[in-house]
Amino acid sequence: MQNLIDYFPLLMQGLKITLLLAVSTVAVGLVLGLALAMAKMSRHGWLSRPAFAVTNFLRGIPEFLVLLVIYYGGSQVLNDVLGISVDVSPFLAGLVALSLVFGSYASETFRGAFQSVPKGQVEAGRAYGFTAWQCFRLIQLPQIWKVAIPGLGNLWQGTVKDTALVSVIGLDDLMRKSNQAAQSTREPFNFYLFAALIFLAITLVSMVILARLEKRASRGVRRS
Amino acid sequence: MQAALDIINAYGWDFLTGTWLTIQLVVISGILGLVIAVPVALARLSENRLVHGIATAYSLFFRGTPLLVQIFLIYFGLGQFDFVRDSVLWPFLREAYVCALITFSLNTAAYSGEILRGGILAVPRGEVEAARASGMSTFTTYRLVILPRAFSIVLPAYSNEVIILMKGTALASTITLLELMGMSQLAASATYQPILVFGIAGVIYYLLTLAISWLFRTLERRYNRYLAVAR
Repeated sequence: MQNLIDYFPLLMQGLKITLLLAVSTVAVGLVLGLALAMAKMSRHGWLSRPAFAVTNFLRGIPEFLVLLVIYYGGSQVLNDVLGISVDVSPFLAGLVALSLVFGSYASETFRGAFQSVPKGQVEAGRAYGFTAWQCFRLIQLPQIWKVAIPGLGNLWQGTVKDTALVSVIGLDDLMRKSNQAAQSTREPFNFYLFAALIFLAITLVSMVILARLEKRASRGVRRS
Repeated sequence: MQAALDIINAYGWDFLTGTWLTIQLVVISGILGLVIAVPVALARLSENRLVHGIATAYSLFFRGTPLLVQIFLIYFGLGQFDFVRDSVLWPFLREAYVCALITFSLNTAAYSGEILRGGILAVPRGEVEAARASGMSTFTTYRLVILPRAFSIVLPAYSNEVIILMKGTALASTITLLELMGMSQLAASATYQPILVFGIAGVIYYLLTLAISWLFRTLERRYNRYLAVAR
């Protein structure tokens, strides 16, 4: 117990990095997911086919593999192109890898959500002289959240848990700090359990917030 | 292209043995997980508050924490306790292979338990009532009516869970197991060709994903034939 108190500040520093990575991943991943969803719904085959291929592939391989490719492969590419030896930072590699995974899954969620908005609404918008962009921003976007939020919420929960993987390539997150504490105190069970409980707390808090967001996003719909 | 062929030439056998270990981990923990998932699902539906509470806590813990933490908790964590080290099970619990199997089984059981719970709730009430009316005991009703029906209802959702389990087995490489991911890490650092090596591993993983979804589509066609007729 004393050890846990001693290491508490260190673990909280790690938690900050974990949360920072998770939030940045979702921010980048949402934009990527929207872009991929639009590409998939495009009438142009040269745009939709690669988008489907890439997201299907990324969803079919381990997140851990994506992370290692970006981390080691990124350094390899930089070395070959720039001719100097630079390492990709673990944070950046984690951000890119997790955003790619998040974006791939989110693109499917968004695609389903866009299809749930009746086509007639967009046609009505166009008939009133809205541009395609205005239709997207003012008619489709506000309505897709209602459908997309449960799916995106699950993806957020997955992303928080996936950040633990980045500790393997050396990111100083909650998981790595727990590793260090576990090794130097020889109390691995206590520290890993503590890390698990923190992750559980994030999950529970997220569940409450997501339930509220969902309620807010569907306030325009009458409940039967 | 030539570089890729060279790697396959030099490490082809390693990729194969790694893939074989990955398949082992998926099949064994998939089966064990399913066996554990049945009581978990039933306990989650139990009206006994203690039983319900324990099952809910179990399910929440394994679904709400990273798989990596769970692996470390079991592989590194258990050794902290003297009574574990002194027990007759220690020679097994010390093995990374056994720890990986335990973690993956418990993890997938938590997810499959939730899926199965949904399936049990989706069994039409009339079928259960008919079974009871024809004199089946509660146990027989579960064995012959509710569970088989629930399994066929959850088959599509369960195939996703098996794919997630397969992707999760990549983490076994963090506790020294040389499954597909572990083998690729070795090959990548030996050849200084991470992109090619991990690319090959990615293709193998993707083929495994395709194989799993094909397998479950076949199972669905076989076991859900009666639904196709009704439709």
